[in-house]
Amino acid sequence: MRTTTVVIGAGHTGLAASYFLSARGIDHVVLERGEVANTWRTERWDSLRLLTPNWQVTLPGLAYDGGDPDGFMTVPELVGFIDRYARLVNPPLHTLTTVTSVRPDGEGYEVVTDRGVWLCRSVILASGGFNLPKVPPIAAALPDSVRSVTAHGYRRPSDLDDGGVLVVGVSATGIQLAEEIHRSGRPVTVSVGEHVRMPRIYRGRDIRYWMDMTGVSDERYDEADDVHRARQVPSPQLVGSPERKTLDLNALTDQGVRMVGRLAGIRDGKAQLSGSLHNKVTRSDLKMNRLLTTIDEWVTENGLDGRYDPPHRFERTRLEASPPLLLDLDRENIRTVLWATGYRPDYSWLHVPVLDYKGRIRHDGGVVTGSPGLYVIGLNFLRRRKSSFIHGAEDDARDLVDHLAAYLEARVPVGVG
Amino acid sequence: MSTGDINGVDTAHLLFARGVVGDTPAAGDYTWRASNEWVHGTHSKTTIDGYFGLGEERNHKGAYEFEADHPLEFNAADNAATPVEIVLAGLASCLTAGVAAVAENREIKLRSVKATLEADMNIGGILGADPDVRNGFNDVRVNYQIDADDTSEADLEALVAQSQKISAVFDIMTNPTNVTVSVS
Repeated sequence: MRTTTVVIGAGHTGLAASYFLSARGIDHVVLERGEVANTWRTERWDSLRLLTPNWQVTLPGLAYDGGDPDGFMTVPELVGFIDRYARLVNPPLHTLTTVTSVRPDGEGYEVVTDRGVWLCRSVILASGGFNLPKVPPIAAALPDSVRSVTAHGYRRPSDLDDGGVLVVGVSATGIQLAEEIHRSGRPVTVSVGEHVRMPRIYRGRDIRYWMDMTGVSDERYDEADDVHRARQVPSPQLVGSPERKTLDLNALTDQGVRMVGRLAGIRDGKAQLSGSLHNKVTRSDLKMNRLLTTIDEWVTENGLDGRYDPPHRFERTRLEASPPLLLDLDRENIRTVLWATGYRPDYSWLHVPVLDYKGRIRHDGGVVTGSPGLYVIGLNFLRRRKSSFIHGAEDDARDLVDHLAAYLEARVPVGVG
Repeated sequence: MSTGDINGVDTAHLLFARGVVGDTPAAGDYTWRASNEWVHGTHSKTTIDGYFGLGEERNHKGAYEFEADHPLEFNAADNAATPVEIVLAGLASCLTAGVAAVAENREIKLRSVKATLEADMNIGGILGADPDVRNGFNDVRVNYQIDADDTSEADLEALVAQSQKISAVFDIMTNPTNVTVSVS
């Protein structure tokens, strides 16, 4: 089978790409291993809600139009929204079609699926950046008495053994799971590494509102101070909840969750914890305050102080005086270690030499380096700080399809010259 | 990017090095070396000169020597600082270098940077008096006093916080490390 462009993945980014491809009349297909929004449908825990408020859930050609703009969609609601978007875009969609190989083929690509082979001139990888759990190698040293669970495999607290749980990681995923597991009667200890603290609401508005207004969300990858570092920043400590609550380390401490340093090693049934906890929370508090200062300055510069609640600062993250450096898992009755240590993309089927030594795709704002006609979308800070959020798909998809169209037009036919 | 005209740290060069190391991680491998010789009693002398880095054997401009001894109340000669104090020197020097580098990168002109360090330890551990007392430090405190042009408290605090994040000795002291000692 032949087409001009193959889009791999029918999540929100793949559908947004299809929207712009159709608008330009570029012949394409969208290949999806499962159903539309498959990862959301099948690979996330029960209680998850979107981290962005409903008013911010927009895709090219469709904006949230329900009755609760300040609320946060549950996963089934989000799947419903993306389904509705798929009907609107009406892409040339092939569901239940798993891509098993992409390799260069002449001046284009050969895309092999379990339902046939496609030959095309360009490929958009829209399979997402959050396919597989990232688990540190030290997990292998856990004693047999402790069950190892990833956030990717976790669904609900009742699936865990009774007894204590060590949640490793306190980004968006870790803090949510720590809270619900602790509430289920399984005492939780959280291991605190790098994290980005953020209040849900500031000066009466959702923090995402402020990030849009101040231009933070739109900051471009080629204008960022250090995009290499920015792309590695963990997702902010935000949760979506009906009560629009802020869930930070202090809130967890108030509920009885214990905080310890970054998990540095496991030896003889003991977790070795870093003594850097103080520095981790200090950096996070300072970084949050810089964001709040940016917001305050923007409000004042625009003469809007009268319109919003007055500025204020949040309590510093509280720590016990001497957090433990060793945790005897057996003695502390820790039965489960839950790895909330992030996700990574799955490129096991990508047979194009474009990955770096850590398996990350090399790209310039989504234009894959060294392989003309190959694009990637939906990764952290791909083109803008908002790239990995739902509403970040529109600008990125438009830019990349513009680039792709120019690439197709500029190509000189073989044999000329 | 500064080539060192603010505080004398060539951060442009450091970022260039990061780019090289990022592409070929093995290029970042370093091996540090020291040799030590017993003098008398608890007095010994460490010499530091050669090391391996950026793909080849290298040398400092000259050999550096560090002496260490133990204090008089241990009936030692106190010819030099104790080894644990030298560890504090390492931590302080590493963090201060980091402060200067981060300041350079953030275009903060430093006028003075002073640090005081304290480390608590109970010698019951090394004397074998109590097996539950660890040999080493049980708490380390560092305080910085920084005078810089036109810089807020929060920015200075951020400098110090960032220098910890990028410090080798801070990492060495806060995280476990495999140490093997052999005899030949």
